[in-house]
Amino acid sequence: MSQLLVLLQIARRNLFASFLNVIIGVIILGGTFFFVVGSTLLTNIDKSMSQSIIGSISGHVQVFSANSKEDLALYNDFGPPDVAAMPDFSKVKASLEKIENVKTVVPMGLNGAMLTYGNTMDETLEKLRNLIKKQQAGDHSSELKAKIESIKSHARQIVSIIQKGYDNQARIGKSNETKDSTAEKDLARASDPKFWQNFDHDVFQNMEFLENKIAQLVPDADFIYLSYLGTDLDVFQKSFDRMKLVDGTLVPSGKRGMLLSKQEYENQFKLKVARRLDRINEMLTQENKKIAKDPDIQQFVKRNRAQNQELILQLDPLSTSAMIERLQKFLDSKEKDLPKLLDNFFNTTDENFKARFDFFYKEMAPLVELYRLHPGDMLTVKAYTKSGFVKSINVKVYGTFQFSGLEKSALAGSYSLMDLMSFRDLYGYMTPDKLAEMKEIEKESGAKIISRDQAEDALFGGTASAEVKSVKQATIDDKKAMGTLKRDPKSGDLVSHVYTSDEINGGMALNAALILKDPKLIKQTMKEVQAVADRDHLDLKTIDWQKAAGNLGQFVFVAKAVLYAAVFIIFIVALVIINNAVMMVTLQRIREIGTMRAIGAQRSFVLSLILLETITLGFVFGALGIGLGAAFIGWLGKKGIPAANDFLYFFFSGPRLFPVLGFGSIAVAFAIVLVVTLLSALYPALIATRVSPLQAMQSED
Amino acid sequence: MSQIVSIVNVTKNYNLGKVIVPALKDVSLTVNSGDFISIAGPSGSGKTTLLNLIGCVDTATSGQVRIDGADTKSLSERQLTDLRLHTIGFIFQSFNLVPVLSVFQNVEFPLLLQRKFSAAERRARVDELLKKVGLDSHAKHRPSELSGGQRQRVAIARALVTRPKIVLADEPTANLDSKTGENIIDLMKEMNHQDKTTFIFSTHDAKVMAHARYIVRLADGKIQPANGTASAQSENHL
Repeated sequence: MSQLLVLLQIARRNLFASFLNVIIGVIILGGTFFFVVGSTLLTNIDKSMSQSIIGSISGHVQVFSANSKEDLALYNDFGPPDVAAMPDFSKVKASLEKIENVKTVVPMGLNGAMLTYGNTMDETLEKLRNLIKKQQAGDHSSELKAKIESIKSHARQIVSIIQKGYDNQARIGKSNETKDSTAEKDLARASDPKFWQNFDHDVFQNMEFLENKIAQLVPDADFIYLSYLGTDLDVFQKSFDRMKLVDGTLVPSGKRGMLLSKQEYENQFKLKVARRLDRINEMLTQENKKIAKDPDIQQFVKRNRAQNQELILQLDPLSTSAMIERLQKFLDSKEKDLPKLLDNFFNTTDENFKARFDFFYKEMAPLVELYRLHPGDMLTVKAYTKSGFVKSINVKVYGTFQFSGLEKSALAGSYSLMDLMSFRDLYGYMTPDKLAEMKEIEKESGAKIISRDQAEDALFGGTASAEVKSVKQATIDDKKAMGTLKRDPKSGDLVSHVYTSDEINGGMALNAALILKDPKLIKQTMKEVQAVADRDHLDLKTIDWQKAAGNLGQFVFVAKAVLYAAVFIIFIVALVIINNAVMMVTLQRIREIGTMRAIGAQRSFVLSLILLETITLGFVFGALGIGLGAAFIGWLGKKGIPAANDFLYFFFSGPRLFPVLGFGSIAVAFAIVLVVTLLSALYPALIATRVSPLQAMQSED
Repeated sequence: MSQIVSIVNVTKNYNLGKVIVPALKDVSLTVNSGDFISIAGPSGSGKTTLLNLIGCVDTATSGQVRIDGADTKSLSERQLTDLRLHTIGFIFQSFNLVPVLSVFQNVEFPLLLQRKFSAAERRARVDELLKKVGLDSHAKHRPSELSGGQRQRVAIARALVTRPKIVLADEPTANLDSKTGENIIDLMKEMNHQDKTTFIFSTHDAKVMAHARYIVRLADGKIQPANGTASAQSENHL
């Protein structure tokens, strides 16, 4: 005991005896500081992000059909996951909700849909038709002629854009199905320069050709791709605490309806100039950027100056003059041309931005429609069904919402919410009844329905067979088939219809989120869920939220891996440096050690001497590093770390991260220090035990 | 008096690469308990080697070395260390104090290694010895705060604190001026008188040698028979 005391005393007094010890100390101090700060930040990010993910869509556990080709990934770069359907959700719900730790089972399905906003081609041709009528009525002014030519060239440009799209598709081998289709031929005709040279020869017939054959091929400029989550909205709203309504109202219980993601609403439905002003404002105020210095913002400013036609087109003559008047007053300008005024107005700088931003929303915005869709409006959603048909339905948009913490995440913040009934319509899942009905029609028409998956085989598998022909036939008969199948979508009826929860639950769902009572028991509960699913022949796969989150869940994992890799490298480097330093310190003390041995100290004493000294060194500087790290975290926790960009915003699950120090980080830091110092001192300590007492006898020099 | 050291026909060779350097050639020596002996001779004569053999920090190539009745060749490294701890005290030419420990702690150190005394007992012994060497007022000083002579006194106190049967001192005065050196020898002599501790010290300083009761002269690894053999001297003393 007293021997240990003297060892500790020697260790303590030797702390600063050598410059090398200070080097060792600084390494340990830096390492522990880095570790405590890094691991605390990660733990906090992990916690807030997992809460965001669990609380927004994934829940604690997800189940989906075991027949799926790939695993469920809720947040995926490549669109909705390809999972097979669970035919009857009510069975899944009944079975799984009996499990002790399962609070709720929420039915879900992810899909993507197109929203069409008019059609640029139709609109353009409509304009053209009016102008040509004017011309034929006798107006031969050059101005009119120029206008006609300009619109014609616009139409021609649209054709060339579609053509490019088709060429690209053909190149990646996707559209072989359409290779010899009429669409390709039509496009080829429309892109032919001769077609345009001779356009005026038979203007109306040519326009009809474009309207009938080409317009439908236009992937419209106003074509919006919307990812949506079909779910039991009532249950969803109760189960996911991160969902916050922003505008409008929730979808009334049991009704069909949609809630748009706020992010998508802003990005896709808002007037582009206004959206850009918002972005500039955000970057200036939240990210502390400067227009003068940041090329991204300069881009926004440039585009606002160049691309404000959208705004101008919205104005009727009356509001145009009102706008001109207000702008003249604000800008103290006598300019009468609106585009020039707007160009001047949108030429914002760091000095005038705030005033112009406020003016825009106060004086200019009331003259225009800021959003092309408002809560309460009907939205036409078009989606490819599983069997390859295009299905389109009208859904009422009740409002917008966001998931707190994921507002800015491009992956997670983009999902809109849709009622399960509408989702099922768009997904096109064939209930047994419908399948029977379909068979009937098949018999009548003699067509054979081949699903998209099978179609590929039918087309490319084996030699050209009768099957291929039947595919063609099937496509031709699509419309007829769908026409009889579809219940007449009198949108009014569907919108006001209130569905019972039996109706909602008693159909297909793609996956289901399980909310647990005690999230800590997730592993055990997952086993139970799987066992129950197997017992009841539900054919389900069970995955935890992290796996379900797909790419999103990987972020934290990757960040953790990076931190641990960094710690490991620092660990190894520290090990080598400390080992060398301890070695040098030990060699400097050979005579001292020899003396101790001569006086009667055993080898074990020398071993503990060196080890204890290094460990003491490690603990003193380690504690110092941990203390500094803790203080730093405390300071950050009070101040909060601002999320400087969208990526960090997502990581922090909010505008600021307020880290809280965990006991785990400190414990692990101490453990690492102990291991590093022990390992690095072991070899020098063993060398020290080999020091002979004879070394004590040698004279000073 | 009993024989505390008995060396019979001891040869010690050092291997320097392929060359074998003989340090001691067939040396025999007996030291009785309570003696005050000086081993004298020019450098390279084998003084230090002989002291190392007696101090159990080295073993003979051939021949027998018995310390306090134990044949050092038959002892393990651990047992040799214990023998040093309990039977032998060391005084070094360069004092060899632990720099980070105080005077008191340096003296106490061997007692801590022995693990057989309570804190109070240790304190009593250390205080007593510090008083004897005249450094009781410097107990809390660090070695670096002391003069050479003072440091060697601390070393003497450390060597004596375990009440060893033999104290070995290798050139104890070499790093001291002659007056201080003489004081140190006087102190050793006094200790020898008081406690009947056997002192064996090496030196090449004729003045210091003069203080010894007997002188063993070494040259080229052999004991010089100038005044008869060392053992004869010891016998005379009997």
